[in-house]
Amino acid sequence: MKELAIRNGYVFDPLNGVDGEKMDILLSGGRVVEKVKRGAEEIDASGMAVMPGGVDLHSHIAGSKINIGRLMRPEDHRRDQVPKGRVTRSGVGYSCPSTFVTGYRYAQMGYTTVMEAAMPPITARHVHEELADTPIIDKGAFTLMGNNYFTLKYVRDGDMEKLKAFVAWLLRATRGYAVKIVNPGGVENWKWGRNVHGLDGNVEDYGITPRQIISSLARVNEELGLPHTIHLHCNNLGVPGNYQTTIDTMDVAKTIKPRDERKTTIHVVHCQFNALAGNNWMNVRSGAPKIARYVNGNPHVTLDLGQVIFGDTTTMTGDGPWQFNLWNMTGNKWVNSDVEMEAGAGVVPYTFKPNNPANSVQWGIGIELALLVKDPWRVYMTTDHPNGGPFTHYPEVIAWLMSRKARTDAMNAMNKAVMKRTGLIDNYREYTFSEMAIATRAGTARALGLEGKGHLGQGADADAAVYRVNPTQWRPSQYKELEKAFSRAAYTVKAGEVVVKDGEVVATPTGATHWVNAKVPEDLEKEFIKDFEADFRKYYSVSLRNYPVEDAYLPAQRVHAAGGASP
Amino acid sequence: MKHEDVVCPFCGCLCDDLEVTVEDGHIVGVKNACGISRSKFMSHGLNRVSAPTVEGKEASLEEAVRESVGILSGARRPLVYGLSSTECGAISKAVELAEATGGVLDNTSSVCHGPTILALQQVGESKATLGEIRNRADLIIFWGSNPTEAHLRHITRYSGTAKGMYVPEGRKGRRIIVVDVRETGTSKMADQFIKVEPNGDFELLEALRATVRGVALRAEAVAGVPMDQVRALAEVMKGARFGVVFFGLGLTQSEGRHMNIDAAVGLVAELNRHTKFLLTPMRGHYNVAGANAVTTWQTGYPYAVDFSRGYPRYNPGEYTSVDMLARGEADAALVLASDPASTFPVDAARGLAKIPVITLEQKITPTSMLSRVVIPVATAGIEAEGTAYRMDGVPIRLRKLVEPTEGVHSDEEVLGMILEGLKGGAEK
Ligand code: SF4
Ligand SMILES: [Zn+2]
Repeated sequence: MKELAIRNGYVFDPLNGVDGEKMDILLSGGRVVEKVKRGAEEIDASGMAVMPGGVDLHSHIAGSKINIGRLMRPEDHRRDQVPKGRVTRSGVGYSCPSTFVTGYRYAQMGYTTVMEAAMPPITARHVHEELADTPIIDKGAFTLMGNNYFTLKYVRDGDMEKLKAFVAWLLRATRGYAVKIVNPGGVENWKWGRNVHGLDGNVEDYGITPRQIISSLARVNEELGLPHTIHLHCNNLGVPGNYQTTIDTMDVAKTIKPRDERKTTIHVVHCQFNALAGNNWMNVRSGAPKIARYVNGNPHVTLDLGQVIFGDTTTMTGDGPWQFNLWNMTGNKWVNSDVEMEAGAGVVPYTFKPNNPANSVQWGIGIELALLVKDPWRVYMTTDHPNGGPFTHYPEVIAWLMSRKARTDAMNAMNKAVMKRTGLIDNYREYTFSEMAIATRAGTARALGLEGKGHLGQGADADAAVYRVNPTQWRPSQYKELEKAFSRAAYTVKAGEVVVKDGEVVATPTGATHWVNAKVPEDLEKEFIKDFEADFRKYYSVSLRNYPVEDAYLPAQRVHAAGGASP
Repeated sequence: MKHEDVVCPFCGCLCDDLEVTVEDGHIVGVKNACGISRSKFMSHGLNRVSAPTVEGKEASLEEAVRESVGILSGARRPLVYGLSSTECGAISKAVELAEATGGVLDNTSSVCHGPTILALQQVGESKATLGEIRNRADLIIFWGSNPTEAHLRHITRYSGTAKGMYVPEGRKGRRIIVVDVRETGTSKMADQFIKVEPNGDFELLEALRATVRGVALRAEAVAGVPMDQVRALAEVMKGARFGVVFFGLGLTQSEGRHMNIDAAVGLVAELNRHTKFLLTPMRGHYNVAGANAVTTWQTGYPYAVDFSRGYPRYNPGEYTSVDMLARGEADAALVLASDPASTFPVDAARGLAKIPVITLEQKITPTSMLSRVVIPVATAGIEAEGTAYRMDGVPIRLRKLVEPTEGVHSDEEVLGMILEGLKGGAEK
């Protein structure tokens, strides 16, 4: 059995209360253990920071949407060509990296688990084919449900039992990990070329509201006992003044009873795009303080940043009407892709410019959210890759959060609006190493309900990262060094195997795909299937038999139970 | 034994409701299929390549693989071509093989919907899965595409006569317009036929776009279409609740090529300011969408990918097979799931005849006849399973219904053997 000892590093394992203590981490058989045999492979981590492998809970890395991005942007690839290596495949990088390069680059930053945030059910096979081609990292995908015909129908009928059966069935059929909701009702209306505006707008043809969709799915999510909360992209994304919609949306889930251990009932994604105050793009201001005040007073909410990175990127969301607006604002190329019965998507290239007042404010909002939310366990670092910017820029975000000097230097190089229309300049908070570990692995793993991830306690998955930075000596003024350390892990260990050494990929094992096997009582399942089959036959363009994802698409899988039942 | 909901691997419609009866390892009956499909299913065992050959002489599989490895490792600029009529596992192996040999990878897009991709890279696209059109479209325009000949069940399953959620009446609930250079089977069942002058598509599309925008054009006719008719068509398009343009080779392979698609994308984008409007290519080869998808997620580019520098580069017109062959640049070729000798322009086909070719094929074809090595392979969707992507990007799993002849392997397996041989050689 392969064994490995990571010796003498400063370990940050917040889930187990370890805060920079010098200790050994021992790995055997893919798990963290108490003892290894003599002669086990050793890593000398003295003077370095050791953390659990990074866990990204929101990124767009696989499936039709990112592949449209890749397809439409040869000019983006040109800037980042990746040659074939001794153990690695060739490909391209930057904002729409090829699958192989995606796996390598996450691993190079010490990340070992990444969640694809939006999987349309009917093209779930596509997502899984790409995930299977994404090496090293463990992964999972969130199934889009907020504009699904059956969701809307059962919400309209007030039939929470069938909705529950449907959610469970669809997670199984798509091999999905969580319930994803994108602009609930808005994407459905977009199928007629329209949108909804706000929580109480009308979802045409159904006569229901986004509020009802969110509260129903949140309730069903908890009653099924799913490991993660609902994962929500709010209505009114990118509309100045939308912070109020965001707060109201969070409030919808306040009275929902969470599953046993978890206290949260809603995760709001890439919150920066939904934390805009002001009433148009000319006078847009930060709504982060208002959102943070709500989050600080309400323990049922978690959020991730969707931090902006300056430069050229490719925006892609399941929010068709928003992408249409963005196209109208930019005049850039636009792909719209509607998915029968279920979802939609749009892709538009976009450049965040430091000299643009609105963009500089957006940059400030992301950081401000991270600093103003007091509980580090409930705010996570993402760029909503590649919407705010490519994930490869995470080390810069880490530097901005851990070093006020890094932020000030950045702000001095951008439009002054960031000083006037966000409160960032007066914020002195700097993340500690432990808080950073929470925002990038411990907190995200906990939010996802991934028990083996995000920590280094006995029995945890043997995923770890060693960074070449001495936390006892590091000062915030040395943020460039920090950036470098987090860009190229000294070691990344995946399932007990060294996969990255000195920032270079040295092994490319296959990571597992995680999904949730949720169940409802048999008679409910039967009743649901009868209803479901009849409509499916009438309205889908594929046969039901050819719809669920076959096991052949998941070369390595980890099945998670819902509600504590065994899978 | 009866297999239900079988997927048809013969055109981009990828109908998945076939009923196939198998007795004693042979297909004896096919239901729900169109005529083309039925005859292909029933005759899939005829004219098969019976054994591997090297220089026209029968050889063992090992010898054929060894010869292939020799050809590819000795080549300076090998070309891997085809892909569009096999499943994604094989396509994935083909990408790896092109990478391993530092060669060029290309698929049939370069002779069919390549211009569609170029237009997408230029301006974008607004599309939907076929069920969306079936459920909602009240206006369907076939532009330079003729499903009654090329995609026989398209009209009944997905578009014209299909009943959908918001079009419960089917055909009666939809207006069908055909724009083409001549009358076709499709135009005969349409509500309106608009005859455009050959190579006049670009002009007509731009005139429509301007009219939708509210620009008054002074011309009396555009590309042979009277201005009144142009204005009326623009009104019909704007007034639709949900419209779609299905375009085919009539648009991508006529003068203007990707500029035509640019113009169509522009028109459809403009229409989205008034109503819902979409544009969808009618793809012929059943898995050309999959060939593009796999190649894109692995390399960043859909076709015409060169690996000679160790990383993928993309340049249609340079790394496309027809151009590579016509220039005499390729010095060896591996062809799978395609018959370029009969579909390529003459100078490209001539180029192919001059170099050593390895062909993976089920049947004897003009390409297999000029090949140095021929390896028989199983038919994906009948004798081998795997994924195919429908013309609208919906991935469906092809099934294995019967065993291939003893000793015959899938494309993926044969490519895997060649790849192993190449790697083994590299290590020595
Ligand atoms: S229309 Fe195409 S996919 Fe459908 S049965 Fe005919 S050949 Fe097969
Ligand atoms: Zn996202």
